[in-house]
Parts: sequence; structure tokens; C-alpha cells
Amino acid sequence: MSKFIKRFYLFLVYGFLYAPIIVLIIFSFNEGRTRGSWDGFSLIWYKKLFSDKEILSAVYHTFLVASITTVVSTIIGVLGAIGISPYRKKLRAAILGINQIPVLNPDIVMAVGLMVLYRILGLDFGLVTLILAHIAFTVPYVVLSVLPKLKQMPSSLPEAAMDLGATPSQTLTKVIIPYIKPGIFSGALMAFTLSIDDFVISFFTTGNGIETVSTLVFSMARRGINPEINALSAIMFIIVLFLLVLMNLRTEKVT
Amino acid sequence: MKAKRIIVGLLLLLLFLSGCSQGQNRGEVVNIYNWGSYIDKDLLRKFEEETGITVIYSNFNTNEDMYVKLKSGGTNYDVVVPSDYMIERLIKDGMLRKINWQNVPNIKYVDAEYLNHVYDPHQEYSAPFFWGTLGIIYNTTLVDDVVDSWGILWDEKYSREIIMLDSSRDSLGIALKYLGYSMNSVDSGEMEQAKELLEKQYPLVYAYLVDQTRDVMINAEAALAVIYSGDAMDALSNNEDLEYIIPKEGSNLWFDAMVIPAGSKNPENAEAFINFMLSPENAAQNSEFVYYSIPSSAAKELLEEELRDSEVAYPPKNKLKELEVFRDPGPFIKVYDDLWQDVKNQ
Repeated sequence: MSKFIKRFYLFLVYGFLYAPIIVLIIFSFNEGRTRGSWDGFSLIWYKKLFSDKEILSAVYHTFLVASITTVVSTIIGVLGAIGISPYRKKLRAAILGINQIPVLNPDIVMAVGLMVLYRILGLDFGLVTLILAHIAFTVPYVVLSVLPKLKQMPSSLPEAAMDLGATPSQTLTKVIIPYIKPGIFSGALMAFTLSIDDFVISFFTTGNGIETVSTLVFSMARRGINPEINALSAIMFIIVLFLLVLMNLRTEKVT
Repeated sequence: MKAKRIIVGLLLLLLFLSGCSQGQNRGEVVNIYNWGSYIDKDLLRKFEEETGITVIYSNFNTNEDMYVKLKSGGTNYDVVVPSDYMIERLIKDGMLRKINWQNVPNIKYVDAEYLNHVYDPHQEYSAPFFWGTLGIIYNTTLVDDVVDSWGILWDEKYSREIIMLDSSRDSLGIALKYLGYSMNSVDSGEMEQAKELLEKQYPLVYAYLVDQTRDVMINAEAALAVIYSGDAMDALSNNEDLEYIIPKEGSNLWFDAMVIPAGSKNPENAEAFINFMLSPENAAQNSEFVYYSIPSSAAKELLEEELRDSEVAYPPKNKLKELEVFRDPGPFIKVYDDLWQDVKNQ
């Protein structure tokens, strides 16, 4: 009996998590455009998706912004974390506190703040402001995921490297970075997913024809969400699933 | 060193990609800001081919979103398509530029009924894009009374079968109209009465919705709903049992019109685009895609029969005179929003 309850509980949790995604995927194959009524199986929305320039350009912008953001904020975040780690305890705590404020702060504060800042700087909204905003809000996450790895690293390791004749830059690239690689990797992944996910900050810092998937879907709300979005979501879900499986296989091999 | 090479490679690729996307934007452009799914994208391609002007296109979801973006600056929109009351506010704020009608000869195709309305009394700033009405959609298999008045929304027979609009202006407007007042009331006493009426209706309402109304009515989940004519057209073509009427007490007549923001950097291109969209052929093509009503008889003649002869999309013109266009209530909008919150929070 208790086994049944355990199973049922698990089923319930996963049911709530995955039911919306499953419904979405099923309805992406629906022939009609209304939610809730099944008109027959068809691939029409997939076909339309790949000929809809607006959605494709939003997908392109989303991934472009996410990729640039990931690369830049990972570099900034890793160097920042390496810089912070040898500080005295108090100073480090203070810097980390400042680093964490953007993480805990509601997105909307950051978004409106960035919007006002860009206006004061006289920047026109578009791809540049969007990427700068995304870098700004993802760097703290990279720092946070790299720091624990740096803490684990014995300080004697870089010292030994330099004693044995490595230059500081060689120590960085050959000793420190390989050691903290898992942290860098998870930080980069975090930055990438956060950037793709983000709506609030993108909404306030973009303009002049640059739309991401999330801002585009939001703007469709009044006329009803286009079923092409169901198809797009299904494809994105499958890609993420695939990446996840791939990553798990890889880590299994390593251990 | 492999990692370094990968990073360098990635950076180069990204530089290349961002170079590509910027390369497209050189030369003559027109920067358009419109409602989501409110244009047939083929028309944008056609405009680009005809004029050689590149279209940059963005979407918004509410008039208020659009206002924030326009007001905060940093955007270079050349053509925006707000609704009537928002155009009135933009004119008041001095945020629009007068249209040079010499560059927009196709304004001649727009019928007199759709020009010089209160939001732009001398038709200096705006060119109508779409228009529509607010009314009741009902399912003939579930409603056997004659539907001709807002009063049916208070009929206890249809308890939990009624869908109201989740919008302060529209819902309070309906109550005001039913009471015999103006939809643009700024009188606290009238507003209080309207609020009480809506509170009385609250137990009868199945749901307060906006864009889902269409789907719910198509699936016959409710008997009656308040809906915009454009969505009603769409619903009627999907379910034969549905009917749409404009209640006899009068209702709202709304316009979405093209305007040029004061800060536009390409006003001539904007005028070229407005002129393009007003041509009967293009307006008709757009209407067949979006399903909303166009303000031009010449364009209407080109529509498919189903759309052209529909009294839902094109009610008799004498009926239009009884309808009211929303005005910008200025700061009084807060009273609308507060009262609407009171109704929904009971």
C-alpha cells in the first residue's frame, strides 16, 4: 500500500510537471487552430513554422543573443571569480553580496533600470542593448557557479605550478581553468538557459524590430497564440531533451 | 589549447553572424510597430519589392505597452498602429507628427463614416487601419430568447453561462450603456451605479476572459459572451450555431489607425507605407488574413463573399451612428481600474 502511495505521489508530481508539455506537443499536430478541439492529425503547423520569417527571425535572435551572452559572460564571470577568490574574507563577502543583489532582485527592477540607463547613455534599443542587458544579468550566476570550484582548489596548486616555472598566464590556462572546468561549464549552461528563458528584461531593453521568441509570443496574446508556437515549443523541447540525454551519457562515461 | 581555439572560433562566428544581421538594415528603411498577428506578412514583402524600402517590423500586445516604449524613447518607429483613445492621448502629448496627405493619395478610398472621429477630429494624424464593434456572441442552441439588449447578460436563466470581457473600460462601458449613460462617463455617481450593476452580475459570470473567448464559444462551453466583432467573425466561421449582435442600447465602435511618431526618422517612407496599406487591393488582402473590418467600400468590394456580406463585420451604416468611440479619460482612468478591481475582488 505504501508503495502504491509512493508511486502515486511520484506520478502526480511528474504529471503536473509534464502534462502541459505533453498537451502542447499533441496539439502541435492538430489540424485546426483552436485549443481544446481535435480536428485531426497534420504537420501543417510545422510546415508553416519553417516558412514564417517572423518566428524564424525571432528564433535566430534568441539564439544569437544567448550565444554571445554565454561566451562573454562566462569569460567575465570566470575572470571575476578568480579575481575575487584570494581576497580577505570580509572584502570577499562584501563583493559577493554586491554580486548577489542582481540575482535576488526582481527582474523588473533590473529591466526598468537598464531601460533608463540606456536612455541616459543615448543608446537606441536593439540587438546591442539586448545583448548588454543579458550579459549584465547572467554574469553573477557564472561567478556563483565557478566560486565553489575555486574554493575546493588547494591554494598550493597554483603556487606549485609557479614554483615549477610556469608563468602566471600558463598557471591560469593550464592549472586553474582545467581544475574549475566543471564549474565553468555549468555556469555557461546556466547563462545560456537564463538568456533563452528571459522575458522581462528582454521586453524592456529591445526594440526597433529585434524580437526574441518570448517577446514575440507575448505580443501574440491579443489575437490568440499562433499554433506555430506549439510546433516551435515541441521542437525546442525535443532538442533540450536530446542535449540532456547526451550530457548524462557523457558524464556516465567519465565516472 | 583546444578550448581556446573553440572560444576564438565561436567569437569569430558570432561576429560574422551579428555582421550579417546588421548588414540587412542599410539603406532606406521603414520601422513599423503593430499589434501581434495584425498583418499579412506577404504584404510586407510586396511593399519591399515595390518600393525598395526595407521593413523592420515589431509587435506589441497592448496600447499601454506601446505607449511605454514610445514615451521612454530609444526607439525609431516610423509607423505605429494604436487604438483610438491612445491616439487621442498621443496627440495631446505632442508625440505624433501630422501626416502629409499629398504623399498619401489613397486616403480617398476611406469612407467618410470612418474619418474625423473624436480621437482625431480633423484627420490630421491618423489613417484608419481596421475598425470593429463590441457586441454579444451567443449560441442559438443554448439561448432561446431574443438577444437584442445588454440586459440578457443579467438574466439569471443563464447563470454561469455568461462570459464577460476582462477589461475595465469595456465591462464598465457595457454597464454604463445599459444604464443609459455614455461609455465615456467621468461622473462618479454614474460610475458607482455601473459598478453595483457589475457586482450584481458577478455570481452569474462563468469567466472573465479576453482572447480565449473565441475558443470557448467555438467549443460551446458557454451560452453568451461579450466579444469584439473581429473575433466574432472568426468564431462564427468555425461554429454555425453562433450569432453576433450589437445591443440596441448602443455599444463601442473602435478604430486602430496608422500614425507617425513625432520622432520618426523616415516620415516619407512611413507615408509610403500608409499609402500602400490604404490601397483597396492591399487592404482587402490584409482583411482576409486578419478577419477584421476595413474602413473602405472600394476595398470591401474585393473581399470574399463570406466576409463582404457579413453583418457582423459590416453592420448597416445607420447602426454605426449609435455607437460610441472611446475617449482618453486622462487621469480618470484610475477610477475605472479601481472600480473594476472592486468588482473582480469581491
